[in-house]
Amino acid sequence: MLRTLAKSVRQYKKQTIATPCIMVVEAAMETLIPYIMSLLLKVLQDAQSANMPVDLGMVAMYGGIMIAMALLSAAAGIVGGMLASQASAGYAANLRQDMYEKIQSYSFANIDKFSSSSLITRLTTDITNVQMAYQMMTRMMVRAPIMFVFAIVMSFVVNAQIAWIFVGAAVVMALAVVFIMSRAIPGFQKMLVKYDDMNGVAQENLTAVRVVKSYVRENYEIEKYKKATKAAYDFSVRAQKWLVTLMPAVQTVIYVTMFLLFAFGGNLYFGGDLQISDLTALLTYATQILTGVMLFAMVLNFMALAKPSAKRIAEVLEEEVDLKNPENAVTQVADGSVDFENVGFSYDKNADEEVLKGIDLHIRSGETVGIIGGTGSAKSSLVSLIPRLYDVTEGSVRVGGVDVRAYDLETLRNNVAMVLQKNVLFSGSIEENMRWGNEGASFEEIQAACRAAQAEEFIERIPEKYEYDLGQGGVNVSGGQKQRLCIARALLKKPKILIFDDSTSAVDTRTDALIRDALKKAEPDCTKIIIAQRIASVQDADRIVVMDDGKIAGIGTHEQLLTDNAIYREVYESQVKGGEE
Amino acid sequence: MAQPRSMNMGMHGRGGMQGAGRGAENPVKTFKRLMKYMTSRYKWRFVLVCVMIVVSALASISASVFIGFFTEHLAEIGVGGAPDAQFYGLLFAMGGIGAFGILCSFTYSRIMVYISEGTMKRLRDDMFSHMQSLPIGFFDAHTHGDLMSVYTNDTDTLRQLMSQTIPQIISSVITIVGVFFAMLFYSVTLTVVAMLFLGLLLFIVGKLSGKSGGYFVRQQASLGKLNGYIEEMIEGQKVVKVFCHEERAVKDFTALNETLRQNATAANSVVNVMGPTTNNLGYVQYIVLALVGVLLAGSGTVWGISLFGFVSNGSWGLTLAAIISYLTLARSFNMPVQQVAQQFNTVVMGMAGAERIFAIIDAPSEDAGGEVTLVRVDRTAAGYEERRSGALWAWKKPAQKAGDAAEYVLLRGDIRFDHVTFGYTPEKDVLKDVSLYAKPGQKIAFVGATGAGKTTITNLINRFYDIRQGSITYDGLDVRSIRKSDLRRSLGVVLQDTHLFTGTVMDNIRYGRLDATDEECVAAAKLANADSFIRHLPHGYRTVLHGDGANLSQGQRQLLAIARAMVSDCPVLILDEATSSIDTRTEKLIEEGMDKLMEGRTVFVIAHRLSTVKNSQAIMVLEQGVIIERGTHDQLIEQKGKYYQLYTGAFELE
Repeated sequence: MLRTLAKSVRQYKKQTIATPCIMVVEAAMETLIPYIMSLLLKVLQDAQSANMPVDLGMVAMYGGIMIAMALLSAAAGIVGGMLASQASAGYAANLRQDMYEKIQSYSFANIDKFSSSSLITRLTTDITNVQMAYQMMTRMMVRAPIMFVFAIVMSFVVNAQIAWIFVGAAVVMALAVVFIMSRAIPGFQKMLVKYDDMNGVAQENLTAVRVVKSYVRENYEIEKYKKATKAAYDFSVRAQKWLVTLMPAVQTVIYVTMFLLFAFGGNLYFGGDLQISDLTALLTYATQILTGVMLFAMVLNFMALAKPSAKRIAEVLEEEVDLKNPENAVTQVADGSVDFENVGFSYDKNADEEVLKGIDLHIRSGETVGIIGGTGSAKSSLVSLIPRLYDVTEGSVRVGGVDVRAYDLETLRNNVAMVLQKNVLFSGSIEENMRWGNEGASFEEIQAACRAAQAEEFIERIPEKYEYDLGQGGVNVSGGQKQRLCIARALLKKPKILIFDDSTSAVDTRTDALIRDALKKAEPDCTKIIIAQRIASVQDADRIVVMDDGKIAGIGTHEQLLTDNAIYREVYESQVKGGEE
Repeated sequence: MAQPRSMNMGMHGRGGMQGAGRGAENPVKTFKRLMKYMTSRYKWRFVLVCVMIVVSALASISASVFIGFFTEHLAEIGVGGAPDAQFYGLLFAMGGIGAFGILCSFTYSRIMVYISEGTMKRLRDDMFSHMQSLPIGFFDAHTHGDLMSVYTNDTDTLRQLMSQTIPQIISSVITIVGVFFAMLFYSVTLTVVAMLFLGLLLFIVGKLSGKSGGYFVRQQASLGKLNGYIEEMIEGQKVVKVFCHEERAVKDFTALNETLRQNATAANSVVNVMGPTTNNLGYVQYIVLALVGVLLAGSGTVWGISLFGFVSNGSWGLTLAAIISYLTLARSFNMPVQQVAQQFNTVVMGMAGAERIFAIIDAPSEDAGGEVTLVRVDRTAAGYEERRSGALWAWKKPAQKAGDAAEYVLLRGDIRFDHVTFGYTPEKDVLKDVSLYAKPGQKIAFVGATGAGKTTITNLINRFYDIRQGSITYDGLDVRSIRKSDLRRSLGVVLQDTHLFTGTVMDNIRYGRLDATDEECVAAAKLANADSFIRHLPHGYRTVLHGDGANLSQGQRQLLAIARAMVSDCPVLILDEATSSIDTRTEKLIEEGMDKLMEGRTVFVIAHRLSTVKNSQAIMVLEQGVIIERGTHDQLIEQKGKYYQLYTGAFELE
């Protein structure tokens, strides 16, 4: 995991390494200042005990040195702080970039595995958490221990006997902090899970507010939420209770150390082994040593809490993309023929039951094929194998006589245009969205595609026309309009094979027929594969495939199937009797 | 003290854009209200906490003062001396006070955990409970993202504020005041010098905070923009793949990512610079104070001005011990000042968050509706008698005068619209002068284009919205005279956008009627033709659904919603595109169940598919809020009007 995450440091390696180095300077200055201070105070002490005027030259010198040191320390701190923010913001940007690019290389199967919402969380919240931990790490991970070591060394310089007390105190402090944290961290992790549950209830109630109100379940939901907040409260209190013992524990160690310092230090002073000025220096070192230990523990704490986020990010980066561009890929699609050769397929390779079983289907270039079947009959799965959105588990799919796995993916997908069932448009104008199909399309081409998809008529009615902003996910147009725009977008690819996966479900029957007519005229040589709920949408196709439970239950023309396919007849009757046609 | 949840502080994750950088409108008022909220239930505990904070702050000040006394005493005894009773007295007094201070701080932080977590829980519960009482209009006017951000980000900031910032500010203020006086006692002159530095410190902190504010707003804005982009593109990732649009998607992303990087670097730089700057300014102050102190220590000077006599015998110069104590005090003076300065952002953000939370709590509730309630009755010789297990439903009109008996009206499902006009906004009428009636047991269908007002009609029956003109009656009673919860309980609704809840399939079906038995739920699922797919789920009816039933297809979710409505057993049904995602063959299969569901019930159907509405007693064709045609299927076909055109496919519905 760490190795994966470290790869994204790249151009910020300099800052990442420089930050702790500069922090060393800051730490050194911070530990030297008390020492010089004790020398300064010694000058005063000597003068007072000898009843002589203070040597102002010495005072000025020590003062000057210390101010210089403070300035140096400030400079180091400022530079270090800036470098740290450059490193962490830069690292986060790189990490985000790497993840995003990796996701772009994902196959459909990879996307399904993670789900969109989980990928979004990983790209947003998780990155933020890791960024914070990274900044803490570069600034404190080295500084805290260095501060600790310097302060220990300096206390040995001042007085070795007292320094041993500090070493002992540091050990006790470390043990105390580790003990408390090891209790608090799991508590916090559990608390976060409860938080997610709690927020999940709130989220659900926001989206399903109409259901809640319709069934008058407000009180039921309030009870549910209270139960969730109670659980969050319990775990939070449990974790917090441990956390708040940390500060008093740290204070206790500091006070005990001070107590010992004064008790022993006092006696050493009487013996003439320790100056009063040394005592102040040691007092500062005690604080520095112990805060050093505490800060280090806090960094570890931060990292422990960011670890789940780091892990989720690493999972995205380490995910093996299961669909790769082949070497020596074919970059030319000969024609629009499609051949399924004994194809078996399942989304999960370990699943017992296949989604598609023993599919043999041969579609000639230029043919129009309709596909009909109930919910869950694997119609979508079947066609998604043609542009190689998924790979077959058994057998092979050939386009233009060549196995789809031999094609360059971009070549294949540019020639096989698929209008997805769950389709989206993007923020931006209609024209911009159309250019997804073909970056270099002329305005006339865009108009022609929209005309063929029967979208021109409503676009012309919008005042902004092709400049109209569709909004996030295309929310500014109705379902039927969206479907027509999606079809137009696919047409702009000028594909050899065009696949409609239930792409006209929200379009009325007449427009549906007009689209099919226009297509026939505009793209006569294009192979068309049409999945539909409505018999009317496929009735005129050269052939119709009836899917049932992952198998082909029948192939033939409308008339043939009406006479010899029970399922087809049933579907037909349900619609005709229902009165849709 | 960093607290783990504070990791998200300052950089909100998803949906963090809303409210970011928006300050509180009236921070003082909000703060007062928050304190009142917090102290109302925990008054004495909070007082205790405050007392203990003061005690522990004073204890830590006296520890610093004792260091002075102690060193002073050491110097008095001098090298070669021996520890006397005062030596031990001071030592143990210092230890004792320190221990007491720690005990206090331990106790108050423990109590504070209960206070802050308890208050948070109460605040969340209150917010959620109140939200449940808000009218639908509130939810339509606010995005889910905005409201969710209040539940997550705002409460989080507030918790941080209550559990840490407030105690810390109290403690800091006490320390600052206490130490200030102690310093004054030691030396007025040195204190004047120290105050000059304090002024400088505050100036720098003010400058930097002002600057960081602007950077943070920009960082939040670019973070929001990038996260919005990520959300849209990842949701549409499959389309990106199909169009081989990956490179372009990366290009746009890179630009946004780079902007965020720059703004984040700038914002964090300011924060990171603040620490070392103030810290080292503290050092400079420490050094300057030492230098001045040394100058004032020389015998013969009279400028030490010590109020407490920490001066060398026979002269006005400060003693070494006094200087050492003073330096220790000066350092403990700076620390809380820095801490308070750093808390500034938390307070500002916390107040803005609290304001948004209170805005939800203060939003006006939906009114409860009228006095008429829905009760179970049995028919008796004298009319109807209310019984818990009665066989019939009836509306109960409360007695008008004392002594009068309550009046019962049998629930039949007769709904009438009389010249109803309605608009979501005053400027635009969605329904214009609509009159219609549904007699008990009738199936009434609405047909028309998107925006014609079909769903609006159903929103008026259950009083999600209230009409502007005209009246709606239910069994002869004005719907406004009926208690809303009872009105809605009598209406079973299946909506176009199906929403399921986290929980088992069984729980989701039972949502329709909480006391339904397992058998009743399974029977409903069978009628809805959902039984077979449910049995194929990994744990059958006990399969837990997550994320609005994300692992089910839209059609399957609709089947569950239908089963849920079947369980609810309501006398009136509203089916708003209830079968739109179910294929016609399956729809055919559930037809029997649907027929059974509709039997004897008044049903309002909105459907895109005309086959679904064909057998209705009355079909209303709506266009721009007006009923333009009405009649049975055959009548409408004969009319050769809009319905005919729709039916023959000459017009589209969208």
